Amino acid sequence: MPTEPLLTAESLHLSFGATTALDSASVQVHAGEILALMGPSGSGKSTLLHCLAGILHPDLGRVTYAGRDLTAMHDDERSALRRTEFGFVFQFGQLVPELTCLENVALPLRLGGAPRRAALRSAAAWLERLEVSDVAGKRPGQASGGQGQRVAVARALVTRPRVVFADEPTGALDTLNGERVMQLFVAAARETGAAVVLVTHEPRVAAYSDHEAVVRDGRVRAREHVR
Amino acid sequence: MTVAHTLLGLLEAGPRHGYDLKRSYDERFGHDRPLHYGQVYSTLARLLKNGLVEVEAEPGAGPERKKYAITDAGVSDVAGWLAVPEKPEPYLQSTLYTKVVLALLTGYDANDVLDTQRSEHLRLMRELTRRRDGGDLADQLVCDHALFHLEADLRWLELTAARMQQLAAQVRA
Repeated sequence: MPTEPLLTAESLHLSFGATTALDSASVQVHAGEILALMGPSGSGKSTLLHCLAGILHPDLGRVTYAGRDLTAMHDDERSALRRTEFGFVFQFGQLVPELTCLENVALPLRLGGAPRRAALRSAAAWLERLEVSDVAGKRPGQASGGQGQRVAVARALVTRPRVVFADEPTGALDTLNGERVMQLFVAAARETGAAVVLVTHEPRVAAYSDHEAVVRDGRVRAREHVR
Repeated sequence: MTVAHTLLGLLEAGPRHGYDLKRSYDERFGHDRPLHYGQVYSTLARLLKNGLVEVEAEPGAGPERKKYAITDAGVSDVAGWLAVPEKPEPYLQSTLYTKVVLALLTGYDANDVLDTQRSEHLRLMRELTRRRDGGDLADQLVCDHALFHLEADLRWLELTAARMQQLAAQVRA
């Protein structure tokens, strides 16, 4: 049954100086679906993700989230949206090194005004869900790469976002650790009903998606429906 | 039927004798396995019977005097073959390579061939991923083996896509 897409990019153009990063790129994400953005390095897939998430502003074109024009929003409004409705997982370097893993996961809730005790309780439950309770009291630097990414996934999901943006989330991990992160990430996202926009150049990671869109030279070439 | 489709695709450039067709095939696709004359003529006979090629009469007798031309039905047949993905399995490269080169020769979008194939590969990889993640250790190992092979195909596909301009220039030269 066809429903309105949750997130839509229409004919996005974006240049960095003389370099065209996006050239009439369009893509749609429906609620609860996992979309893989694939393509070679420099194809524009990360730029497209950043535009979809309201981090980058396209020169032309429009991004619509839940019926609201993200491109026409005030910066503060967009930031608030990113904090409350979007979650992010990057390749590495996203956890605050001075905080423990538990505090890292609790941070988005605290920034949203949640009381400390409730935030920590919720964070602990998410660490358990991602099977990394044992690093709760450790700092990110003391956790392994795979553990760190699971903590990052927990932090992205703790606010129960409607969309999670993941840019090469397993890019720095070996096969086995990468697979475990993807299994836990996808299961948790499905459980919360979050849509996922997943940038990856690895076919085995893309195989966790429901559909793929291929970005080449700043354009989206194909989008396949599978389910 | 790869040889038949390949010969048909090569005929899109213009009518040819069986001998020329064999030489053209061997040059582009037959490095390890050149075609036998018998195979060329039997394939052409079958294509003729199915209305995919026609013969331009020339004085003289014998199969080597016949010039073969692709029919409209033949052109549609090639386009249909290029548009349908191959069943994903290891060691597909030679068929895929043939399809890409023929697409470039006949003006079909070669990137479409790759995109269609990629989505077919990913469809199977999703199935295998679900089976693996829900299965026991034996399932996991068996599925992983298939997944790594399919991934290798996809890497080849991406590399080919990245080299498409270069390949097009060479093929059309």
